[in-house]
Amino acid sequence: MSELSDLYQEVILDHNRRPRNFRVLAEATHQAEGYNPLCGDRLELFLTVDGGVITDVGFQGSGCAISKASASLMTDCLKGCPVADACTLFERFHRMVTTPPDVAVEDLGKLSAFAGVRAFPMRVKCASLAWHTLKAALNKAQKATTE
Amino acid sequence: MTPVAAQARGFPVLDVARVRADFPILRRQARGRPLVYLDNAATTQKPQVVIDAITRYYTEYNANVHRGVHELSEIASEAYENARRKVSAFFNASHERQIVFTRNATESINLVAHAFGRTHVGAGDEVLISAMEHHSNIVPWQLLCEERGARLRVAPIDDRGELMLDEFEALVGERTKLVSVTHMSNALGTINPVEDIIRIAHRRGVPVLLDGSQAAYHMPVDVQALDCDFYAATGHKLYGPTGMGILYGKETHLESMPPFLGGGDMISSVTFEKSTWNTLPHKFEAGTPDISGAIALGVAIDYIQSIGLSQIAEHEQALLAYGTDALAAVDGLRMIGTARHKASILSFVLDGVHPHDIGTIVDREGVAVRTGHHCAQPVMHRFGVPATARASLAMYNTRDEIDALVRALGRVREVFH
Repeated sequence: MSELSDLYQEVILDHNRRPRNFRVLAEATHQAEGYNPLCGDRLELFLTVDGGVITDVGFQGSGCAISKASASLMTDCLKGCPVADACTLFERFHRMVTTPPDVAVEDLGKLSAFAGVRAFPMRVKCASLAWHTLKAALNKAQKATTE
Repeated sequence: MTPVAAQARGFPVLDVARVRADFPILRRQARGRPLVYLDNAATTQKPQVVIDAITRYYTEYNANVHRGVHELSEIASEAYENARRKVSAFFNASHERQIVFTRNATESINLVAHAFGRTHVGAGDEVLISAMEHHSNIVPWQLLCEERGARLRVAPIDDRGELMLDEFEALVGERTKLVSVTHMSNALGTINPVEDIIRIAHRRGVPVLLDGSQAAYHMPVDVQALDCDFYAATGHKLYGPTGMGILYGKETHLESMPPFLGGGDMISSVTFEKSTWNTLPHKFEAGTPDISGAIALGVAIDYIQSIGLSQIAEHEQALLAYGTDALAAVDGLRMIGTARHKASILSFVLDGVHPHDIGTIVDREGVAVRTGHHCAQPVMHRFGVPATARASLAMYNTRDEIDALVRALGRVREVFH
């Protein structure tokens, strides 16, 4: 049962229940839609970038607890973050969730809550959907999928 | 073939303990707990006799069919064609010429879309389906309609997940060239009133294809009594191996249709100027078929017959009623698909918990259910849900397994407190 409680940590359940930054940004400079065709998780991400810094961020959509909490926690981390750092954070998050479960991973603060998905290979895409959508938005691509 | 062990038993009511003993996989554990396999609408498990049939073919008489004069080829060809006779009898086709082996039900439907559709559907014509179709009975018709400038019409379903027959009837018109509907919905469990559908369509001279992927392993199907024009089914839900699909077609249709795929075995003669086609059903079976798959499917059908589809249906209906009541008692659970006439599917959502999370948590309790859109996204849209969790029953499932599912759903509530 410990794997299950590693996956559904309190911080994840909390962000699932009360997603932060769950709103449309009318004045967004960047936006993209993320879609996981396997389970139908769908989210829209909005960013306001000013002088190379992400000044505001919001998201909308529907999905499982893991994908929703991941998007919520990601948006929390991105506010005030330089674009270059956001790209690095994408890489670090991606490395964390794709490292085998028995290998130590870097401490990513609150984002480390998602290290638990490593024991659930089918759920890694749920955790990384928001991040792929972030990458698409920053690259000015319209859509990201986890395929 | 040695006779199926169960055949000699001929038990009048389904003895689920004895049935379970025939399925070796049911003895394994999942996540360290006894496996509770409730994902039968995706694929059913295989009895030992089916697994043995595959091994026996490759061990004792592996050879290509319809070609060699040598002994092995003769045995393999006879076993392959004998499987076709079993399938033909199972669906009560009037002749095994009407049974075409394909890879799966999807290919069976695509075969009809290509060979029948391209011959009969032109610009401005219509193909009529229902709102509860699996993607495999939507996309082939979309492709056809796009190519021919035809129109895909969709008969609606109501809040229970039943086809709205009046609306369906109103949609069968002058331009309708084919009706293609599921016999039983994979996402909702609804059993369609196929007799009425066929009567309505035939009154206007419109042929009907039934997608029997879900129905064929839950209830007896008689294609002559139904008078359907085509019936598509899949072997791996009939307790047989993957890679085996079935298409029944009325002989007049099959004769008038051009081939689907070209190649070996489907020809009568080939020159660089012109080739002529083999007789039915070989005209539609290009290349080396899945020989062991067909033979094992024949054995699976023997196995089903030895238990009896009526007994299976009775057992599953009782279990469905038990499961429906048990799930109704789960706090915050909403059933998706409450047709008055349904079989073996318990599709549901839980307040505040995404189906994907349900799937992960019950899996940790050893309970295998499907979560997602079930390749029926329009059905999800119709009910305003992104996905459902679906428990689907087969002949070997028990009340204890339903109880295990309910307990696992309690665990979901504990996690999402």
